[in-house]
Amino acid sequence: MADFPFLTHPSMDGAVACRKGRAVTVREFLGEATALAGWLPERPYLLNDCADRYRFAVVFAAALLRRQVSLLPPTLTPETARQLAASFPGLYCLTDDPAREIDLPIRLYPEGLAPPDVDRVPVLDACQIAAIALTSGSTGAPVPHAKTWGSLVRSARAEGERLGIAQGRHTVLGTVPAQHMYGFESTVLLPLQNGAAFSAARPFYPADVCAEIERLPGAAVLVTTPFHLRALLNVDGEPPHIDLLVSATAPLAPQLAQAAEARFGAPLLEIYGCTEAGQFATRRSVEGPEWRAFPGVSILRAKDGFRVRGGHVAGEVRLDDVLELRSPQRFVWLGRSGDMINIAGKRTSLAYLNHQIASIPGVVDAVFVMPDEDSPGAVTRLTAYAVAPDLTPASLMQALRQRLDPAFLPRPLHLVASLPRNATGKLPRKALDALSDSLREAS
Amino acid sequence: MAMTLPDETLEREVADLVISTLNLDVSPESVDPEAPLYREGLGLDSIDILEIALVVSKRYGFQLRADNEDNVRIFGSLRSLSQHIAVNRVEC
Repeated sequence: MADFPFLTHPSMDGAVACRKGRAVTVREFLGEATALAGWLPERPYLLNDCADRYRFAVVFAAALLRRQVSLLPPTLTPETARQLAASFPGLYCLTDDPAREIDLPIRLYPEGLAPPDVDRVPVLDACQIAAIALTSGSTGAPVPHAKTWGSLVRSARAEGERLGIAQGRHTVLGTVPAQHMYGFESTVLLPLQNGAAFSAARPFYPADVCAEIERLPGAAVLVTTPFHLRALLNVDGEPPHIDLLVSATAPLAPQLAQAAEARFGAPLLEIYGCTEAGQFATRRSVEGPEWRAFPGVSILRAKDGFRVRGGHVAGEVRLDDVLELRSPQRFVWLGRSGDMINIAGKRTSLAYLNHQIASIPGVVDAVFVMPDEDSPGAVTRLTAYAVAPDLTPASLMQALRQRLDPAFLPRPLHLVASLPRNATGKLPRKALDALSDSLREAS
Repeated sequence: MAMTLPDETLEREVADLVISTLNLDVSPESVDPEAPLYREGLGLDSIDILEIALVVSKRYGFQLRADNEDNVRIFGSLRSLSQHIAVNRVEC
């Protein structure tokens, strides 16, 4: 297998990042990464917790140079950190947040290391494990998904081709964290492997997103989610000029896609993927619901649902979605399978959540319910019912907060005398809906 | 920013707005104006804060910004959020 350079910019003086309004050259970036590589402790696994996207990329590069594997947990609860420490001996956390407190050895991102002169781009072994993305397993232990450098590169180049990212022309701005598989691929790897630049910022409010776009050099690519897009469409005033909109984490409602294209005068492309397989298909939403797989990737129907393989995908990966397969490369998304849940791009299963709440001391019986979605782009929250005579709602919420990503915290959480289980011990949806209605009337 | 006296009418209005926007299972008068809005208090996360930013901009006519204001402080409590709104609101 061929080896791949860390980035593909043709000149050492080209821009690779935009930080606080200043362009950072390839030479500066590689100098900082090389200095950091020399500073890292000798350990096999590194948890890259840098919120600043530039620092995240520097840490990722330094870890590759030292052959340390970067762990990318999309959220870092105290419980996740404990589980990762147990699964990955020698793991340490490198963060740019001085207030970060978790049960792992912590190193704060060092400022002001003297950068050596770097005059060429490091070339890295395609077979080396570059990153481990994590999903939550049904029992609560994070499930690791190892990504080789070669697989990440091939995926980022396929994406660049699909999105039409041109050498030296584009600057990518993301509203998603670099630790999320989508953010990692589309806001870090995509620019690095297509000669583009990326913004270090992760603006939060719509007004901040617009202001940051105005500051970017070159043609702006906004990498975002349906949720952030809906917020952006609510901003009054003149929209900033965007060259390309990219959305992922949940399928975009057609009316949102139309509205976004009309407002920003830019094409909107959606990316389809999952942490296990990475990204593997795209569509332009205003042209219809059909997704097209990346070259070399194919989707097949299997006994246990749908699977994806080929291209950069390692082996065969089962998907948590129900599809209408029109050809091995073309499909329409019909919905999620079974009890899978996706809230604002964070994925879990009801089985996992039920397991977590049932494990809390004092909980006799409990269940999470996903209400039907109401409006496109809005975030629907979970409801939970618990039988826990000795706990207050606040103490139960506190225990849940230790275990769950905030996105999955129930809203509302109801403490009840019993759950409407049927003769076989199951909780029919109808019975839960009736319980919900009776609680609403009582309040 | 100068500290102003708490405006209880506005605090109640903002509490109503937050609770109705987020479908929270609490009554507006039970919200302690000094309690944190995220984590232990009402348990808001970043998704909620963006939702609130949207309704605040619609209702009070100004955009929340992160770069010149301390988000953690603004969303520190119902009182601090209400004061931020009181100072920045655009009278329609």
